[in-house]
Parts: sequence; structure tokens; C-alpha cells
Amino acid sequence: MSHVLEVQNLRISFPSGQSRVYPVDGVSFWLNRGETLALVGESGCGKSLTSLALLQLVPAPGRIEPGSAIQLGDMDVLALRGEALRQIRGRRIGMIFQDPMTSLNPVFTVGDQIVEGIHAHFKISRTAARDRALHLLQEVGIPDPVERLKAYPHQLSGGMRQRVMIAIALAAEPEILVADEPTTALDVTVQAQILEVLDRLRASRGMAVLLITHDLGIVAGRADRVAVMYAGQIIEEAPTEQLFAQPSHPYTQGLFASVPRISGPLRRLTPIRGTVPAPSAWPSGCRFRPRCPQAFDKSEQEPPMLPIGPDHVMRCWLADTPRIVAADERTR
Amino acid sequence: MTPALTALQEAWRKPQGRAGAALLLVVVVSAVVGPWFLPDPLAQPDILAGSRPPGLGHPFGTDQLSRDILARVVAGARVSLSVALLAVGLSATIGAAVGLISGYLGGLVDAGLMRLVDGALAIPRLFILLLVLAVWERVPLLALVILIGATGWFATSRLVRGEVLRLREETYVRAAEALGAARRHIILRHLLPNTLGPLLVAATLGVGDVILLEAGLSFLGLGVQPPTPSWGSMVLDSREVLVSAPWAGIFPGLAIVITVLSANLFGDALRDAVDPRSA
Repeated sequence: MSHVLEVQNLRISFPSGQSRVYPVDGVSFWLNRGETLALVGESGCGKSLTSLALLQLVPAPGRIEPGSAIQLGDMDVLALRGEALRQIRGRRIGMIFQDPMTSLNPVFTVGDQIVEGIHAHFKISRTAARDRALHLLQEVGIPDPVERLKAYPHQLSGGMRQRVMIAIALAAEPEILVADEPTTALDVTVQAQILEVLDRLRASRGMAVLLITHDLGIVAGRADRVAVMYAGQIIEEAPTEQLFAQPSHPYTQGLFASVPRISGPLRRLTPIRGTVPAPSAWPSGCRFRPRCPQAFDKSEQEPPMLPIGPDHVMRCWLADTPRIVAADERTR
Repeated sequence: MTPALTALQEAWRKPQGRAGAALLLVVVVSAVVGPWFLPDPLAQPDILAGSRPPGLGHPFGTDQLSRDILARVVAGARVSLSVALLAVGLSATIGAAVGLISGYLGGLVDAGLMRLVDGALAIPRLFILLLVLAVWERVPLLALVILIGATGWFATSRLVRGEVLRLREETYVRAAEALGAARRHIILRHLLPNTLGPLLVAATLGVGDVILLEAGLSFLGLGVQPPTPSWGSMVLDSREVLVSAPWAGIFPGLAIVITVLSANLFGDALRDAVDPRSA
């Protein structure tokens, strides 16, 4: 399979006093055509920054460190500047953001904003652009699209706005769609609809989707693969079914143990103790070590990505030792 | 355009906003249509008669050159208002442009422009104007407009820059960037319309300032040059007859007060509408 996007050793730094901190520290992943990769992690783990870096949108004073590589097809994204960079934004990689309430400009109608996305990349007449906008609204499942084109953002519900955001992101027909917490700000009933729309579009357009979320619940059944992030690094990656069947990194196990389950035996929820440390206070060795119930002497050295099964890797020394314990056994 | 429009509507709903707007409207309308119904403000029909008090033929009286004061106040309104509107328009435009560029581009451009503004703000505006006008005898009206406009944009540019710094963090600006929108497009379509509210407030309050400034300069004989009537120079001319013919100074003075007051009332109401916290 060909990778449409490949990220290698992505490091993003911010100045902090005299030194620099690295909220994203050596992230690597790839995306195949037509697949959904879920990037899962708590707030502050660096997943949003990672997504912004794909379009060189890391806010100042942050910067992408030399040595990082983002390969889009045969294009080196990090080498792009100015007009060449603008050409891939929206056109090759589209992006939707967490909060549909603030992602739309309050001053312009929905139609204007979709047309804006079309005109950023295609030189077509206003009427033709309007027609396409109408078509896009239908595609994302907005009822009465002719009327909605003339609506201002404040006249739409959250779910409708997020649909509009998706329509805008699709305006220039990108091959990759990055969805940064697309459903976090929405009601649960609307969440499912939005995910449905994303999945349908991925299938019909053959798009690759990078789904960024803190919610393991929306990953199941939607994503082909899952990468779990902790403290600026990907700490476990596997095909979705494999990860749900056998979460292996103690952090991933902790995530599952802290999510309530509807079926299966009744059990206590076990929160992960402590909180994610700030990027300036990341421990040496394994970054999860201070919070890890299974930490051992080797955790003081930084673990590399180690294979533990077919397509299943994790950043934990337990992969090398027979000390692996299934999550259920431990929490019973 | 909607935020600016809503602000106007809300300002109109407040009593002081409505009073200010109504008074301003009276001044503007009389400045526009008044001269058609009034005598020539430059005519000196009876120069030997001297100054006459308000009466039937001349509701505001005449000045020592027998010119009709009402006609001159109205003609002066034309001058003062056009100078104020043009100068404020100019400074709002420059201020908005500098603020947008400075705020959006950031970095060295921002640092350079803002240090320039800091420096300019440290020099009193009146001082710069007096310096230029003292050297430039009989300054043409257009030059006066440009001078006032070019020295009035510093605070506006800071205001707009501040707004842009806030707006730049809005998701829709980032979303537009992620869409591949050009910088110029982002500045003109996403940032400018959302700064129009505060810009309008600054401009409205600026009108009052500029009218006062122009009147002050004309009073010093440095602004609008005779025989073109202006409120400031009318007050200047009335100085010698202030006791014998007070109407020659009272009416142009009143015109200044009413216009500036109404512009400020309306500007304050606008500001409350744009930023309810400042109320």
C-alpha cells in the first residue's frame, strides 16, 4: 500500500525561559489512501500540535525542529514556503477543528465561506462555485441546502456548523482530511452523525482521515488503526481491533480501565493516578514511569518503539519481557 | 459588515446615542442644504452699517463686515464637517492598514511599525501641526485635511492591531489559513470586517476631536484661511467685538460645542454597543 502521508520524527519546540520545551517529541506515523488513523491522547499530549504541523500552522513562537520530516506523496512539506505551501493547504490536506462555534467567521454567510474555500484553489466563476457549494452541503447531509447557503453561522446549530466545516474542508477536494476533535463540542447524538458523515466521505472519495480525539469510544469501528499519544510521543500503535483486544502499553491499559463499559462484567473504574506532566517536566527514561503501575528498573532508560505483534508496536520495555499482563487480569 | 451595522443599530437604541445621532443629522443636513436658502456667506451688503444684532433678516445677526452670521455658521459647518470627515477617514484608513499588517504579520514588521507609532505618540499632535502650519502660510484646505489625517492614525493603528492579535487566535482565521487562503484575503475578508466595530467608534470620537482641532488651528489663524468661513476663524474674528457684538462669537462657538458634543455622545453610545464591558 502506498502511504499518502508519512511523518518521521516530528519534533516541535517552544521557547521556555532560557531553554526550549518539546511538546511534540519524535512523532512518526503514516497514512494510507482511504484509511482512518486515530490519534488518541489526553489534552496536552501534543496531538493537536502534530496536526497543525502537517500544514506548517504551528503557532508562533513554536517551531518545527530540523530533523523532522513530513512527506506528502513525493513532496517534502517542511521545505515548502509561501505560495507552494498555500497550494497544499486545503487542496492536499483539509482540516476541521474542534469547536464549530468559533471555526466559522460570524460576519459571512455559510455559502460565502464555502465559496472562499473553493476559490482559494480553483479559478471558477462565482455561479459555478455556488453550485459546488450547494452540492457540498448536500454531501454532508444538510437539509434545505439552498436556504442554508444564505444563513449566517449563528443561525445554525452546532451539528449543522460542524457539517458546514466539513463541507468547507472538502471544498478543494483534499486527499487527506485532518479532523481535530471534530465531535468534542457536540451532543452525543450529533457526534455519531458527524462521524457517520466523515466515514461516508472517506469511503466515497477515497480520502485518508486522520482522526484526532481523546475519546477511545468514538475510535472503535471507525478507525482502521490507532496511535496512542502520551507526553509528546506515540506510545502504542496497532490496528484498531488488535488494540482493543490487547491493549499493551500500561498507559493504554489505563485508558481502557478508566472508560466505563456497558457490556461485560461489572467492575470498578480505575483512573490513571496523577496527571500528565507539563512538557518542561517530562521525566527521563519512560515518560509514563512516575504514573505507571508496572514500572520497573529498566523504565529509567528511554524505551524505543518495540514490536509486540503483527503491526503492533509500543514504547515500553515490557514488550521485551514476559511481564506483560492483560488489562483485565490486573484490574480484577 | 454585520458587527458594524449591529453596533450602529444598538447605538441608535440608546437615548444618548439617538440624541447624538439626531443632533449630528441636523448639523449635517443644514450644512448640505442650508446654503441654498441662505444669503451668500461672503457678501458684505452694507459694510458701513457694521455689526447688527440678531433680528428678522439675520436670525444670528451680522458681523462687523455686515456678513450674515447664520449663513457663515452653516457654510462653516460644511468646511468643518468635510475637513473632519475626510481627515478622520484618512487616519482611520492608514490606522487600519498599519494595524492589520502589524498585527497579522507580527515579528520584525510589527516591532518596527509599533516603535514608530510609540515615537509618534510621544510628540504632541498639536505641536507637529503648529510646526508645519507656522512655516506654511495660507495652507490649502486639502493640505490641512492631509496633515490632520496623517497625524491622527497612531492610536487607531494600535487599537486595530490589538483587535487583530485577538482575532488571529480565532479558529476561523486558522481555519482559513488551513484552507490555503492568501494572506491578503485573510486580512481583508476575515480580519478587517471584524475590526470595523471598534474602528467605527474610534472614528466617530475622532470626528469630535478633529473638529475641535481644526477650530483651534483656525482660531490661531493657522487652519482654514479667510475668506473661507470656518467656526474657529469666526470666533477669532469676533474677539475684537466680543463685548459690543457677542453674537458674532457665540453662534459659531455654540456650533462647535453642539457638533462635538453630539459626535461624542454618539461615539460613546457606539462604544457601549461594541464593547458592553466599557459601559
